[in-house]
Amino acid sequence: MGEPLVVMKDVNKHFGDLHVLRDINLEVASGEVVIVIGPSGSGKSTLCRTINRLETFESGSITIDGDPLPLEGKSLARLRADVGMVFQSFNLFAHKTILENVTLGPIKVRKEKKADAERHAMELLERVGVALQADKYPAQLSGGQQQRVAIARSLAMRPKVMLFDEPTSALDPEMINEVLDVMVQLAKEGMTMVVVTHEMGFARKAANRVVFMADGQIVEQAPPSDFFTNPQSDRAKDFLGKILTH
Amino acid sequence: MGDILSNYDILGAFWMTIKLSVLGTVGALVLGTVLAVMRVSPVTTLRAIGTSYVNVFRNTPLTLLMVASILGMTYILGMSLSDDQQTNIFRWAVIVLSVYHAAFICEAVRSGFNTVPVGQAEAARSIGLSFGQSLTQVILPQAVRGSIAPVGSTIIALIKNSTVASVIGVSDAAGMMATIVENETGTFGVFLIFAVGFVILTLPLGMAFTAMSRRLAVRR
Repeated sequence: MGEPLVVMKDVNKHFGDLHVLRDINLEVASGEVVIVIGPSGSGKSTLCRTINRLETFESGSITIDGDPLPLEGKSLARLRADVGMVFQSFNLFAHKTILENVTLGPIKVRKEKKADAERHAMELLERVGVALQADKYPAQLSGGQQQRVAIARSLAMRPKVMLFDEPTSALDPEMINEVLDVMVQLAKEGMTMVVVTHEMGFARKAANRVVFMADGQIVEQAPPSDFFTNPQSDRAKDFLGKILTH
Repeated sequence: MGDILSNYDILGAFWMTIKLSVLGTVGALVLGTVLAVMRVSPVTTLRAIGTSYVNVFRNTPLTLLMVASILGMTYILGMSLSDDQQTNIFRWAVIVLSVYHAAFICEAVRSGFNTVPVGQAEAARSIGLSFGQSLTQVILPQAVRGSIAPVGSTIIALIKNSTVASVIGVSDAAGMMATIVENETGTFGVFLIFAVGFVILTLPLGMAFTAMSRRLAVRR
């Protein structure tokens, strides 16, 4: 694998007195799929959100494809266009149709022609299996369908890397797999992904590396097979013991 | 009664009320929306200006503003908006109606902003939309749809409040009623004519806003 696409160096962040990110150092290579797991409150969502600066941080640096993360304004918007983000609560634009959700970014940010953007959007909706719903509004779709649209919306920007912030945590159990299937497919196609999740099955199936966080620190990182069978730290052993016993 | 209807241009007076209301509404909507955006902006100074504006104008009696526009602005400060006296009065009345009701529109639209979940703005930013694009493409359209009902109430209040313009001499419906009462008689019939006139103006509007707020509601 080549030059790292995402580099986080000594990143620190506080929420008031709470030190949510402590000296985070993380590199994600192009085409790599990194899973971030850890107990709730460990800072894993915050880590994910700092990568496209939905959360600010106080010290350290983050570069994406060699470019340092801009502080604000137009250059930050340009960078965000290259970084896809999928949220726990989908966050589809509620007043726009499914098709409009997917074409908004390409038309407004990439300045694509409407017809081109719509053609590409339909291809993507086809790929995630919701093309038939293109003219509906988000509230008319199931959670699983909405999340697949959200993935298509990110893909429409042709991102360099995609961030997933607990993409299946708000879904009914029977809808989790339809979203994970799309993500596994993406991983196979070589998309660079950072995924915060509790889905250990997905981690085993698609991840190149598991990053385990606790108390705002990266405690341990290893390939999934090693991590799940032979965790090194006590925190990881304790965590895995709690979630894998059932 | 028949004499009154034929001797006085009641329809013309209501036409004046409609002109005041329409122009006042346009002004209040534009100014109120700008103020609402200021009040939710990340810039402290803008927020402070928006808040002060609302507090000043929402808490000042409309009659006082109306009188101040002529006595204060035109007579003392010499700010005349037209050489024609009637036109000057009319323009000031429109401005005062706009400025006063903008404070209420601002609060109505701001309540609309609060119906838009934070995630919508985050999603907008995450696909690379600029601050302005996020606002115009994602946040404002939803905020406006969420504020249709309270904005409707404010516009209805504006139509009825336009009667205050008669205190500075605009010949609207209220001015006409005062003239008739003074020159002819103050029977219930006269009051009824004007009451019905306002009902005709405001009732369908209220129904339209209710229907619109249902139809355009953002389903989540």
